[in-house]
This record gives sequence, structure tokens and C-alpha cells, in this order.
Amino acid sequence: MAMIKIQQSGPLTTIQDKGRYGYMQYGMMPAGAMDELSMYLANLLVGNDPTEAVIEAAYLGPTITFDADEVVAVTGARCTLSLNGEEVPMWRSLSVQAGDVLKLSPVTQGLYVYLAFSRGLDVPLIMGSKSTYLRGKLGGLEGRKLKTGDVIALGEEKRPDPGLMLDPYHLPEFKSKRILRVVLGPQDDYFTEEGITNFLSQDYTITQEADRMGYRLDGEPIAHKAGPDIISDGIAHGTVQVPGNGLPIILLSDRGTTGGYTKIATVIAPDICALVQMPPGSKLNFDAISVEEANAIYRETFGELEKYLIPIEEDAQVIAPEVSESSSVDDGFSAYEVEHDGRKYIIRVKKL
Amino acid sequence: MLYDQAIFHPAGDRSLVMEFGDGIEPVINARIRLMAKAIETSEEIEIDEIIPTYRSIQIFYSPLTIDVAELIEKLRAIEEALPEDAGSDYRIVSIPTVYGGDFGPDLEHVAEHNGLTPEEVIRIHTGTDYLLYMLGFTPGFSYLGGMSETIATPRLLKPRVKIPAGSVGIAGSQTGVYPIDSPGGWQLIGRTPLKMYDPLAETPVLLKAGDYVRFVAIDQAEYEAIEQQVAQGTYQVSIEQGGELNHGDD
Repeated sequence: MAMIKIQQSGPLTTIQDKGRYGYMQYGMMPAGAMDELSMYLANLLVGNDPTEAVIEAAYLGPTITFDADEVVAVTGARCTLSLNGEEVPMWRSLSVQAGDVLKLSPVTQGLYVYLAFSRGLDVPLIMGSKSTYLRGKLGGLEGRKLKTGDVIALGEEKRPDPGLMLDPYHLPEFKSKRILRVVLGPQDDYFTEEGITNFLSQDYTITQEADRMGYRLDGEPIAHKAGPDIISDGIAHGTVQVPGNGLPIILLSDRGTTGGYTKIATVIAPDICALVQMPPGSKLNFDAISVEEANAIYRETFGELEKYLIPIEEDAQVIAPEVSESSSVDDGFSAYEVEHDGRKYIIRVKKL
Repeated sequence: MLYDQAIFHPAGDRSLVMEFGDGIEPVINARIRLMAKAIETSEEIEIDEIIPTYRSIQIFYSPLTIDVAELIEKLRAIEEALPEDAGSDYRIVSIPTVYGGDFGPDLEHVAEHNGLTPEEVIRIHTGTDYLLYMLGFTPGFSYLGGMSETIATPRLLKPRVKIPAGSVGIAGSQTGVYPIDSPGGWQLIGRTPLKMYDPLAETPVLLKAGDYVRFVAIDQAEYEAIEQQVAQGTYQVSIEQGGELNHGDD
């Protein structure tokens, strides 16, 4: 059976999939990947079902050795990736061989990085999911973070290298200020008009208290009409809860299933993926949209995941690009944003 | 008060709250139990899952399958077809419990606090069937309603560091069972050998929102026998469909 060995784990590295859904009515919180879209795309890049379990690492990804040939892909937060000491690209199908060492450097932009394996990770399905629920000591590898020296069995079937890469048009932008789209409710009527206005107009800052459970924000307090307590009810992914101090908390993968504080709004799924990659200190604005719009954006984002990927083109050529912006990055590459036929592309070039 | 018709509240791009009333009342919860069952058995509607709570049901769906307008329309149709009366479409689940001694170190205190004997506390605690309004907080943690005020007792001033799974406790006028080993400040009056939560079992959580919970006093020998059967997977939990409910003396 093929295995991977974790030579160096990183501080918060866990096994995650889409999450443990179907048991929330029993109080089971779902866990799951923080950045769903990056997880789905990592899986597609290795030819997997998008919801297969992956390794999620915060801040610093692991160093892994392989004992068999395998296809892997790394997505999510930006980091330098090396295979046997040579830099290889993120967001791309990578064939590795027995004995190879894949090393992820600390993230330089974003927070959560994802590694997918074409065989999948052979850990037990608990309540239909391989996601690690740390406080419940359940799922993933023995219900815990991965640690240096761990050996993880891969599944049976190695898929052929699909030879895919992310369409550069879809490369994530890492911003320190972002507008998050929300749907107001279910308890927006528990807040004063001024409270709602503050929520939708002021800047909110992500505090240090930001983890897999939720991101606490700082900023202009949001006033309640008559206190923050409600009869406890359910909590959704991306719920913006406002306790007594008026400062919002966005509830994420490791949220509880029920709670007794007012919920002013819910961040839409595509924007949760962007939010989780923003470190403490980043600024947020909230923009209210209708449920119908939110449903449509969801379909556009998650409906056809294949649209994000293109076959790897080793000899890609740019014809008559109109260079609008360039920036130097620390890995020897220069990045150019170019427009061609009405679409924007980021071209990375290196002097040979 | 139970609303004539449920109110829908948006809860993001993938869920919806259907609210049935404005308080914590058995009649509201009975309606929720009916609706939850109707949603879960309906072939008309494709949803991911639901969370029934005190006065609402949160419905989780995929916009790839259904959009909100169609979902609301279908939920409305299901609601309109519900019977007026919830009738006796509930389960009574018996929880065998040893009271007092090492298993319930605070039984004496609860008795003293309320000017009762420990035997009277046990009689009152086992004399009422408790409605399980919802599960939440941690896997298997049950919010039970209906405990008699005559045995209500404030939480411990200093919470215990570790309370064993299965401990039966009182906190104010709430009662419940700890599903997992955890710290806590509830007054412990007994313990059940049943596993309220077993992540590896086919049914990981024993109880379901809308159930009635009946505590049944057992002795230590029975506790040990049941504990062994539970470990071997041979214990049959006593679950009564419908049946008469105990409402206590007061």
C-alpha cells in the first residue's frame, strides 16, 4: 500500500474534506476545509472527486516523502513549493516518484494551503466524512493534527496524471481589504437601524482571535434593539453572530451547530473562501445582496468547477499583450497582468 | 404562541430558517417534530439536512439543486398538508439511571437545597417525561424541558474538571445527560450506563429532537449488567412509540 510520510508537519495541519454533514441535528459540528474552493480544485487537479479528503495546513505546509509514484497538487494560500529542492508550481497536476520529497515553505500570502493526492487519503470515514474535528478528537488521523513522523496510508487507485493547471485568469488575489457579500438575517430585525447601517458601511478588522471556529472582528459596535439573546437556534456556515458587545464574529468550519446570540447576516459561500485566507489585521466591508442573487452566485462559482482548469500548456505564447501592470515577486519571477480578447491574464516570466 | 403559518427567514445562500412560534412550548415543538419528519420523508424536496430547534427548523440546501423560491414553495405545501394535531407521534426513550452514591455525588445536596429526601428527588426526577427540544452545543447534548421546579438547584459554584459521560445532572431548572467526558458545573444526581453519543455507532446519537426522555431508577448491579450489554452491543434501548406521558405530580 502506498504511503506518505510527514517529515515536517507545520503548526496546524489536519486532514479535511467537505465536512461531516448530515448530523448537525444531533449537535455534530461539521468541520471541513476552510477554503472549499481551493480544496475542490486541488482534487480536480489530481483527477479526484472534488470532495475527497486533502491535507489542509495553516501558515506552513508540510514536507512530505513518497514511497510510490503519485499525482499531487497544491492550492490555496501562496507558498513556494519544491520537489527534491527544485521549485515547482502550485495550482497544477504534479507527478511525483517514489522517494521524492515535496516541501512547502511558509505561506507568503493567504493562510490555508491544500494538498491533494490522486489516491486519496486512507483514513476512516466517520459519519460519512474524513474531516478532523479537533475538539471532538475525531476524524482525520486519530482525531488530531498531523505531526512530524506521521505515516498516512493512501488509497488503492492511483489515477492518471490529468495534466491540468489553474486558468491563470482565476488565480486568487490576496487582498488586505475586501468586500464580503452577505444575506441579511435571520435576526437582522433585532438590530437598530443605525446598527444595520454601521454593519453595512463601516470597516471591520479581523482580530488575532481568528481560527477554524470563527473570525472575531473589531470595529464600530452594532447596536441591538433589546439585547443580544434569542431562543437558541441553528447556525449556518458563514453566520455573522453579534453578541452583547456589538462586535461581529463570523462562524466558520468548526462552528457549533446551535447558538443563542443574534445573527445579523450570513457571508455567502464563495466569499467565505476569500475571507478565510485573510490574516488578522485585514479589513472587511459587508455588502447585502438578496438570497436569489446569492443562489445565482453560488451556482456560478461552484456549478462547473472544471471551468477553472485548463490543460497544461508548456509552450504558451502571448500574442500582442497589453501590459497593464507588473510586479516583481521574490521567487525570481515577474508577474504581468495582461488583457487579451477582453480577458485578463497573469503571466509569470523568469529570465533564463 | 404557535403561528398560523410559519415565517421564513433567510440564512445565507445555502440555508433557510422556518420559524413556527415565538416561545419555548411543547405545542410549537410538536409542530416542528411533524414538519421535520415530513421534510425528511418527502420525495418532493431535495435538501441536504435540517436542524430542528426550540421554535424553528433550519433547512440546508444546495443552490445547485434547488433555488430559494422553489424551496419555500415546496416547504409551504408540506406545511399545509400537515395534520392539525401532532397526536402521539413521538418516542419515549427510557434512560436507566443509578441515582446517588458515587454516581450522583450531589443528590444529597439537591435534596437538602429543596427540603426533600433523596428518595423524593428520585421520585420527582423519574416521575416526569422530558421533552427533548433540540440537540446542540456538543454532539449529543440535549436541551430537555419540563423538569419540576421542586428539584431545581443552582449550578455548582466551582465546576468539576471532569464529569464522566452518562452523568445525569441538574442546572437551575434544567436536567440532562453529559454525552461525553467534559468539565461542567451541573449538580450530578446519577449516571446512566447508556452511551448517549458513540461516533462509531450506526446511530451515533441515541436521542432525537422531539423525543421524550424518561429516567428509570436502577441499582448498581443492573447498571453493571447494562454496561456490559452496551459494550457488547446487545443492549436494546427501551423506546416506546407514542404511549402515555408522565407529567409529574405538580
